[in-house]
Amino acid sequence: MNKVLLGILLGAVLGAIDGATAWFTPAVRAGIAGIIVGSTVKGIIAGVAIGFFARKVHSLLLGILFGLAVGFVLAFLIAQLQHGYYLQIILPGSLVGVIVGYATQRYGAGPTTATAATR
Amino acid sequence: MRFLSDKTLERLRDTPDIPSLEGTRYVLLNRVARGGMGVVYAAQDERLRRRVALKVLDAPERNGELARRLIREAQVLASLEHPGIVPVHDVGTLQDGRVFYTMKFVEGQRLDKHIQALPSVADRLRLFLRVCDAIAFAHARGVVHRDIKPANIMIGPFGEVLVLDWGLAKVLRQLTGPNDRADREPTRPKDPVAPANGDDTAEHLAATEHSATTGHGTVMGTPGYMSPEQARGENHGVDERSDIFSLGAVLRFLVTELRSESSEPGIPLDKSLAAVCAKSLALDSADRYATVTQLAADLSRYLDGLPVSAREETFLDRAARFYRRHNVAILLIAAYLLMRVVLFVISRR
Repeated sequence: MNKVLLGILLGAVLGAIDGATAWFTPAVRAGIAGIIVGSTVKGIIAGVAIGFFARKVHSLLLGILFGLAVGFVLAFLIAQLQHGYYLQIILPGSLVGVIVGYATQRYGAGPTTATAATR
Repeated sequence: MRFLSDKTLERLRDTPDIPSLEGTRYVLLNRVARGGMGVVYAAQDERLRRRVALKVLDAPERNGELARRLIREAQVLASLEHPGIVPVHDVGTLQDGRVFYTMKFVEGQRLDKHIQALPSVADRLRLFLRVCDAIAFAHARGVVHRDIKPANIMIGPFGEVLVLDWGLAKVLRQLTGPNDRADREPTRPKDPVAPANGDDTAEHLAATEHSATTGHGTVMGTPGYMSPEQARGENHGVDERSDIFSLGAVLRFLVTELRSESSEPGIPLDKSLAAVCAKSLALDSADRYATVTQLAADLSRYLDGLPVSAREETFLDRAARFYRRHNVAILLIAAYLLMRVVLFVISRR
């Protein structure tokens, strides 16, 4: 599995879980479906960005930091749209970015070389 | 009356043994080591302008057993062209009748000295795997070393690993020749060994009679590293698995010596590594790894955090190994779950 695909899958799964945990907040329970979908899409976008970064840059530390930054920025935008629940959105979102950043650097196949591709 | 110092006495004792390289293209530099069969000197090859190691018999023995053994050692080395096996350059006879051969001069450290600068088990195992490469190659060519030990493994200045001292090597089979018998080289017509006279010396020696096989009952090897069958003198039962025993002893030395140096001597040896050592050191050769390649493969799996064939894992072992391989990912997920719990508790208040 390549790094981008790994990022997408992991981002989607963690994003969905993130969204699902909103069920424990009664005030937003009514819109849980939209929250899950939105969180999943956020996770996919983060996963794509982090996955492509991992293809280009082979550094565990930089991968984690980039994941943290992407996760934070996307979560912050969502929190701004929600006008609230900043801690509940940004903290998990940032941590999801860190996890995806680590996983794409550590696991996932890098791009094949031209020689290998022509065999 | 003046007394001579021990050092002076030793020098005087060695002086008559210093070989004269007149008639050869070599110039003697200094003595490097003394072994059971002969002495190794550093010499300068005047024609190719490079330093070589020159191994020469202690005393003239033109057509004797020791001369045949030395020539056979050179022939065995010449048949093993591998980056991990010291290459032989030349073979000949000095004017005093002593047989010699020259090989690559290895500058570096013996394995037992070199590993003092390698505190990591993984680094020592990677070094050991390169020794396995050289031995596996020799086995593929039908040659068993029979004297593998840390003192016979040199590490060069650029990290190259070389296996030395093939004087006890046993040839199990020739790769060519349909009538070869086990552990014998094909006999060749007797030919007197000509004095050193330059380029055609090697041609004369190519037709030299091979040495006699090791007789049953003769113990050949180093205590602590030789296999039980070698220690019992069962030389006809010695095969590749005897070298695997010796490799197991070297492996055990590499990992246990690290433990004894560690500031925490109570650290137990990893179970998988201990199992690999134990399988290599099995008293019955049938219980050991069948080939060096299998031993090397198990160690590679160990280095990759995979299960080894020498040990059946319990569920707990598999879980521990999984954790060791993925500890960061597991800790990150645990941190995420913990954070979720904390946020849940906060939101409840």
